Amino acid sequence: MIDREQVLHVARLARLRLDDAEVETMAGELSGILEHVDRIRGLDLEGVEPTSHVVHLENVLRADEPWQSMPPAVALASAPEPFDGAFRVPSPQADAD
Amino acid sequence: MADLLDLTVAEAAAKIAAGEISADEYGSAWRAAAAADELNAYLWTAEHVDALEPDWNGAGESAPAGEGEATPYGSNTPAPADSGPLAGVPIAIKDIFTTQGIPTTAGSRILEGYRPPYTATAVRKLTAAGAHVLGKTNMDEFAMGSSNENSGYGPVLNPWDRGRVPGGSSGGSAAAVAGGLAPAALGTDTGGSIRQPASLCGIVGLKPTYGAISRFGMIAFASSLDQCGPFTRDVTDAALLLSVMQGVDPLDSTSVGIEGGIELPSREDLAGLRFGVPRELGEATLDAGVRAVFEATVSRIEELGGQIVEITLPHAEHGISAYYVLAPAEASSNLARFDGVRYGLREGGDEDLIEMYERTRSEGFGPEVKRRIMLGTYALSSGYYDAYYGQAQKVRTRIAQDFDTAFADVDFVITPTSPSVAFELGAKTDDPLAMYMNDFFTVPMSLAGIPAIALPAGLAAPEDGGDGAPRLPVGFQIAAPAFAEQKLLEAAHALEGALGFEAAASDAIPWKGGAHA
Repeated sequence: MIDREQVLHVARLARLRLDDAEVETMAGELSGILEHVDRIRGLDLEGVEPTSHVVHLENVLRADEPWQSMPPAVALASAPEPFDGAFRVPSPQADAD
Repeated sequence: MADLLDLTVAEAAAKIAAGEISADEYGSAWRAAAAADELNAYLWTAEHVDALEPDWNGAGESAPAGEGEATPYGSNTPAPADSGPLAGVPIAIKDIFTTQGIPTTAGSRILEGYRPPYTATAVRKLTAAGAHVLGKTNMDEFAMGSSNENSGYGPVLNPWDRGRVPGGSSGGSAAAVAGGLAPAALGTDTGGSIRQPASLCGIVGLKPTYGAISRFGMIAFASSLDQCGPFTRDVTDAALLLSVMQGVDPLDSTSVGIEGGIELPSREDLAGLRFGVPRELGEATLDAGVRAVFEATVSRIEELGGQIVEITLPHAEHGISAYYVLAPAEASSNLARFDGVRYGLREGGDEDLIEMYERTRSEGFGPEVKRRIMLGTYALSSGYYDAYYGQAQKVRTRIAQDFDTAFADVDFVITPTSPSVAFELGAKTDDPLAMYMNDFFTVPMSLAGIPAIALPAGLAAPEDGGDGAPRLPVGFQIAAPAFAEQKLLEAAHALEGALGFEAAASDAIPWKGGAHA
């Protein structure tokens, strides 16, 4: 049901790089799962409200008062490549053509 | 020392408060027990943590204790309070809860070495009540799994039979309590991740109503379903931990708490209470031994004065389908944050950002996490959104309505917790769908957001075991309407007393030195 091309497309969307063996396995496994899941596609649920959340809350706001944020040194402590008070990453432009 | 470890949390806390036992001695006994873990239940214990470099965050200090309690940075782990309902009690914490300065991986290699800058609210409430963090427990990576075999740090062994799984995703927490390595533990339940391992390990597991306990600091899997809860040896301890952890939290705007709080249960009978048995259970796939324990438990309910009523949950059979669209969809979005930028693993990509993202995620995530991200991304992708995600949300509405209809007639809905007893390591790792079916009885409650408790109800021989294979624990699930935890705990307490599981299974119970010896 899910072919190799679809797997590669979804992997690109999900920022995952799959090797050839993983693509094969994934196609088979996802197809199997979706075949089961497909049973709900046939249900007549016209007019049923979708539930995104079970607790019925309106917007929850807090008082507009300043609070103590995390100091930059703490926020950066776990970063793979902190640089000059910021998170350093490779250039997003490198691949542009 | 063995006597100390035989106490429940409520008993130990009372004795410590009364000065009958020393908190230090009690704590040391548990630290020694945890350090002797042979089940791979712990990723970190208190001993490991004490050996860590304290100046871990480069700021020269941890967050100032008590300052700005309601801010993300202020929610640190204060030193355990000297007094409180849990004073002196060590508790094992599933590694999905952030703990300031203590490594937190959520079972994933992508977070190896990560030491969070703040502590989850649920953990902070425990320490504020006097509890100590005994260790961080192993789990399926990002809580995705039903056997704990998806951990990036190796599987957890079931203390009843080390050739079998403890269930998942909170397998380390369940095995720690069942195996006598912790008096109680925290877990999280998205589709059954507390109740199923509690069932497979023969202990009590409670999934509270969505919103009862803050999710702040719980690494998110499926945000509309995730809920934390306790693993304990008995119902009273589950109530005690819930009473401490429940409540509104300004850091989680979906938290609402339980009105009136929670008291320790005392009920001994079930007179006047109505228990609904889903008619659909007759058709359900489950082991004969599990069905026999379920039926025997139903008889016990009647002996205690409870009334058994047939109900119907016509959409529950679609729970697994809806769940395995909704949970992966939310996960695919939540796990986008693991990209090698702010914390955790970074792989390569010196030249290109996208390449760095892809290599980091491909190296850091295990196969099940990749599968769920793929499934979720597919379900949310253009052209499939309405057919899968939209439809699953509507099924969710129908399932919640089924429960509403049932609860108009009955106080509780009862089912087995899991279709089988603990299965052998490796038995289902090649068949994701067979693994997902473990959640058949627990997923509907998660989708409806209602509370449910798993109680050990008896023993059954495994169907995949040979002649003379030791009998294994079978769980019984009781579900109640949203925020009816007190009523649920009272009924569970009464039933627990009548079942006498601990006495009946005495010789085999691992925390009493049975299988563990």
